[in-house]
Amino acid sequence: MSAPLLEIERLAISFPAEHGRVAVVDRVAFTVAPGETVALVGESGCGKSITALAVMRLVPKPGRIEPGSVIRFDGRDILPLPVTDMRNLRGGKIGMIFQEPMTSLNPVTTVGSQVEEAILLHARLPAREARKRVVEMFARVGIPDPEQRFDAYPHQLSGGLKQRVMIAMAMAMRPRLLICDEPTTALDATIRAQILDLIRDLAATTGTAVLIITHDFGVVNAVADRVCVMYAGQIVETGTREELLGRPRHPYTQGLLRSIPRPEARGGRLEEIPGAVPRPGQWPSGCRFHPRCPVAFARCPVEVPGETRVSPTQSAWCHLVEEARP
Amino acid sequence: MTALRDGALLELRGLKTWFPIRAGVLQRITGHVKAVDGVDLAIYPGETLALVGESGCGKTTVGRTILRLVEATGGSVLYDGVDIAALPAAQFHPYRRRVQIVMQDPGSALDPRATVRDSIAEGMDAFAIGASQEERTERVATLMRQVSLDPETMWRYPHEFSGGQRQRICIARALAVEPSLLICDEATSALDVSIQAQILNLLADLQEKRKLTYLFITHDLGVVRYFATRVAVMYLGRIVELGPAERIFAEPRHPYTKALLASVPSLDPAQRGIKPAALGDVPSPANPPPGCHYHPRCGVRLPDCSRIDPPVVTFADGMCRCVLAEGQSSAIQQPQ
Repeated sequence: MSAPLLEIERLAISFPAEHGRVAVVDRVAFTVAPGETVALVGESGCGKSITALAVMRLVPKPGRIEPGSVIRFDGRDILPLPVTDMRNLRGGKIGMIFQEPMTSLNPVTTVGSQVEEAILLHARLPAREARKRVVEMFARVGIPDPEQRFDAYPHQLSGGLKQRVMIAMAMAMRPRLLICDEPTTALDATIRAQILDLIRDLAATTGTAVLIITHDFGVVNAVADRVCVMYAGQIVETGTREELLGRPRHPYTQGLLRSIPRPEARGGRLEEIPGAVPRPGQWPSGCRFHPRCPVAFARCPVEVPGETRVSPTQSAWCHLVEEARP
Repeated sequence: MTALRDGALLELRGLKTWFPIRAGVLQRITGHVKAVDGVDLAIYPGETLALVGESGCGKTTVGRTILRLVEATGGSVLYDGVDIAALPAAQFHPYRRRVQIVMQDPGSALDPRATVRDSIAEGMDAFAIGASQEERTERVATLMRQVSLDPETMWRYPHEFSGGQRQRICIARALAVEPSLLICDEATSALDVSIQAQILNLLADLQEKRKLTYLFITHDLGVVRYFATRVAVMYLGRIVELGPAERIFAEPRHPYTKALLASVPSLDPAQRGIKPAALGDVPSPANPPPGCHYHPRCGVRLPDCSRIDPPVVTFADGMCRCVLAEGQSSAIQQPQ
């Protein structure tokens, strides 16, 4: 495998609370290589979206990335970069698409000129060339009648087409890293399949690295090469798509997968994970999953679990997995 | 009184709900969004009927029309043989107790300034269930226990509860007036997977204990496959296929049903399959394509599909609204 394009080490993000600062993400570390698609999966409040924003250095104030965190892009730590350099990286070498294409587009400007603006911001191109590039991108992402659609306003396009415009905008500068935050959550089933297919195709043909944020294991299976499962601000398990979906080792990953309604489960009961996801600032002691874990034992509430490697590519942060190791 | 189809609890006959489109300074009606356009559907006691489809197909409007949160434009909603869509408000009131709804977003479905006790008891107040406030409070406690909430928390406000707990409050509130039919409109869609499993299990338990009938409106086919007895697939205001859940998933007849099923991403790491099976986008319900509404997106359309309304082909276990279904059985065709 080639050298990673994105390397994240010891990432911690905090927000101020009544008494001092509260960490919403900590100990997060993972890499994404060129041409590789990595998925960050977890339930709401696990910290997956804020991790993606941190890569763009877009953590909203008063949140902050804690000292000691490292985010390397193409071998260079981007956290100390001046704001102007960061701005060039964002939208240039790093593209991003969000869940709600409706709120990400300016309603009073045509979609074509919005994508054109993004291109002109990053490349010295004559206006005519920029327009040509937009139409090419529209065609590339499967927008029918790209010439006419250039002059359409966002409200004239369906949700699926708007998301294609967002992908065209993100891909227009041929980024090396594409970050997708729940790119298909707001879309209908048949449209979701089309967009996932498009993202996978773009990644495969352009060698773009993709970081995808999702709560949906179906999306993970459709596009990811590797997966990081997050719970309560931390990564609790990582591995290849085959490993995590086929042989999950962390009780949380196992519980999540078993709680998804599947046809085999028809007529029987779904496995539940009892209780609710804890809020930041109220993380349980030791292993943060222990109050909801069906196999927790004496060590779990008192000791923070370390990383246990179960294969060269799969790791779990769990005392039980550690003790089960030969 | 009209006789219902063999023992149905509720029956929709030719139900139409159209919304006018107004334009210009005079706000003249220039057209209609035919959100529900001729729906025939019977719901039987004790079953879970799933109404599935993509956004804009009219599935939510069907639920809202049954409850008369919007008024039907045509057709009838029969309950106990009475067309409740045509009743004056005062006479409709007692039926309103028989059908309750649980909506998608438990955050906005609850009054933030009312205690949980008052939210759950509101329906009892409206229908004079329970002789005194003390008795109603007692009933609220029982209901909270049934949905696995601590009755001690009944004096708290909705914001003090998690999303899953708030959905339990909404379910308790719906059950407080002892309905026969519970409409669940995307009731688990906003919840995390692990919480969704809790709520689905709760709904299954309650159905068994209280002999409830569910109309389950959702876009999530995984939930439908796990939970539904029968499935009705809707596309642009019409039901295009109806049948037992197991048959629909094993042998879908309508090309749209096939496309919907193919677009569900698999969880099996050995099969990566997502195959986009429907072409293009869902058209606007204000301006549906002529003939079969699905024809522009259909991979197996015939030349006539863009001109002729597809026939309703009836099967022993349901129906399919597609010209290709005609040859599939010794089907009886219904006149259009």
